[in-house]
Amino acid sequence: MEFIKRYLPIAGLLGIVIGVQLLTSATDTAYYLTQLTMAAYYSLLIIGLCVLMGYAGQISLGHAGFFAIGGYLSAALTSNDFSAYRETAVMRFMDTAGLLLHRQSLYGEPLLNIQPWPACIIAVVVAIIIAFLLGIPVLKLKGHYLAMATLGFGIIIFRVALAAEFFGEADGISEVPPFQLFPGVSVTGDFSDRVQNYYIAWGLLLLGLVLLLNLIHSRVGRALRSIHGSEEASEAIGVNTARYKLYTFVISAAFAAIAGSFLTHYNGGIGPSEAGVMKSVRYVAIVAVGGMANLWGVLIMGILLNFMSLRGMFGTYDDAVFGVILILIMLFAPQGILSLRIRNIFRTKRNDT
Amino acid sequence: MELSLFLQYLFAGITYGIIYAIVAIGFNIIYNTTGIINFAQGEFLMLGGMISISLLHFMPLPAAITVAVVITMLVGALIEIVFIRWIENPSVLRMIVITIGISIIIREAALHIWGESVRALPYFIGSAVTSVSILGTKISPQVLIVIGVCSVVVVFLSFFFKFTSIGREMRACAANRRAATLCGINVKNMVTFSFMLSAGIGALAGAVMSPITYSQYDNGTGLAIKGFTVAIMGGLGNSPGAVAAGLMLGIIEAFSISVLPLAFQDAVAIAILLIILFIRPHGLFGSSEAARLKEF
Repeated sequence: MEFIKRYLPIAGLLGIVIGVQLLTSATDTAYYLTQLTMAAYYSLLIIGLCVLMGYAGQISLGHAGFFAIGGYLSAALTSNDFSAYRETAVMRFMDTAGLLLHRQSLYGEPLLNIQPWPACIIAVVVAIIIAFLLGIPVLKLKGHYLAMATLGFGIIIFRVALAAEFFGEADGISEVPPFQLFPGVSVTGDFSDRVQNYYIAWGLLLLGLVLLLNLIHSRVGRALRSIHGSEEASEAIGVNTARYKLYTFVISAAFAAIAGSFLTHYNGGIGPSEAGVMKSVRYVAIVAVGGMANLWGVLIMGILLNFMSLRGMFGTYDDAVFGVILILIMLFAPQGILSLRIRNIFRTKRNDT
Repeated sequence: MELSLFLQYLFAGITYGIIYAIVAIGFNIIYNTTGIINFAQGEFLMLGGMISISLLHFMPLPAAITVAVVITMLVGALIEIVFIRWIENPSVLRMIVITIGISIIIREAALHIWGESVRALPYFIGSAVTSVSILGTKISPQVLIVIGVCSVVVVFLSFFFKFTSIGREMRACAANRRAATLCGINVKNMVTFSFMLSAGIGALAGAVMSPITYSQYDNGTGLAIKGFTVAIMGGLGNSPGAVAAGLMLGIIEAFSISVLPLAFQDAVAIAILLIILFIRPHGLFGSSEAARLKEF
């Protein structure tokens, strides 16, 4: 029974995903799939952040930093030329293991890149290691201090992306090659592969969602909610609060890095704005709108708001819209927009009179 | 290092340091009366600079700065009345998110009013190349004006909190809100006033620094982070500590240019912030016992 209850909505979502794709191909509006694919990748980051913020109760204003670590490392390793390091032991080992890609530049010079698969794995592992090392000291902090420390981390990543030649400075990295997952299936922005990429992105999002739903309904999830309620109390009943907070932080960072890596291959490039503070604030805003500890609400809002923003519906007021949303939600509906029920509004009115 | 070069770095450090200290004191004033860190603090400096640049078309410089300070104080009061005043027992997370939202809205409004261009007030005395000679090194008089004005603000505030009745009332709210209420102090008005005060000193600092550092719609965020670093270094809520910490950070940053690329100047301050948060979250000058009793 419990099993059906948990997986029925996911099956429903899968049905909607397939339905939307069939609808767009039937009505000849397949261009919507591009934004839906990108929205799915952003939502992958956002549901990871939702578990950290809503369930474990730890704010992070630096998740664009993890997204950028995933995206930038994938892009730099698959696009930068490493032929200068051809003779180093690491490179020779990777070459014999088949992890390198020999290409030729437009002028016929040999180029040496790393294959997308190992690059993606390196990027995610680096993000996990950084999250682990950062999480140990940072998660001891609370409230304002935690917010500022994670914000500071995000800014350092932004500065590094902006200043390092390896990451293309202000221009970012472009012409990132496609990411071949299996023979015949690759993450790329080509129009001919649009439908395929839509399913890759949504498949990944659903997989992430199943993982997180299982996580929050497990022992770990109950521990996290007790931490959110009161750290001292859960400490007193024997929950290792530091360890669970760190786990969640690392998991959400890994989600962000995977999303960054895939989206970079899909877009064929990444720029420093992806690491910017406004991106982190936007992710926090979406989690807040969805209702913090409400994975489904956050998912719906993540898809909706990202889709609207990517379609350019907010025009030049894009950032302002997210600022206003953030304030309105926090002032009037701190439990998320889905917690507002028309019935409740009437009830409070009746109490006033 | 030559003496004159050393002094150049030192004066640059003191100039930025005292501006950071003003931002940090702005944080402290609001933190002391409400327990909130106002993430929109940096935007007050941006508003002070931008508004006085716009008003300069209509009136002389001193009047433009005065009116800009008054307008920014009204903005500060408006923020408090509209967003903060009526919330009962807000959680810290909620207040963080609200003040971040406010800072985004002010910044975006500034972007739509003034555009992306970089502006600056003219130098108050002479021009960009005017200089006075101190110990054989040449310093722009504007640097001395910034240091002078900010020092006056710091001294004024310490007298204000010590000797005026409204200053004493604000300190009472900081010490114990309920006791202050029982003594007949209108705590809510004091909170509004604390927002006005920190908006006012922010706007003044933003206007006097504008000729040197320039004003742009988005330079509030950077200042807010530096100011927060300084507030933490000095111990949150401790204003003399903030002045010492501000000068320290400014000077460290100025000398870091001689060893690190300019692009990493911001990273230095943030690295210091992270290190201090990890090892001494109660600040260099704060006491850990007192910090444990505070709510973050």
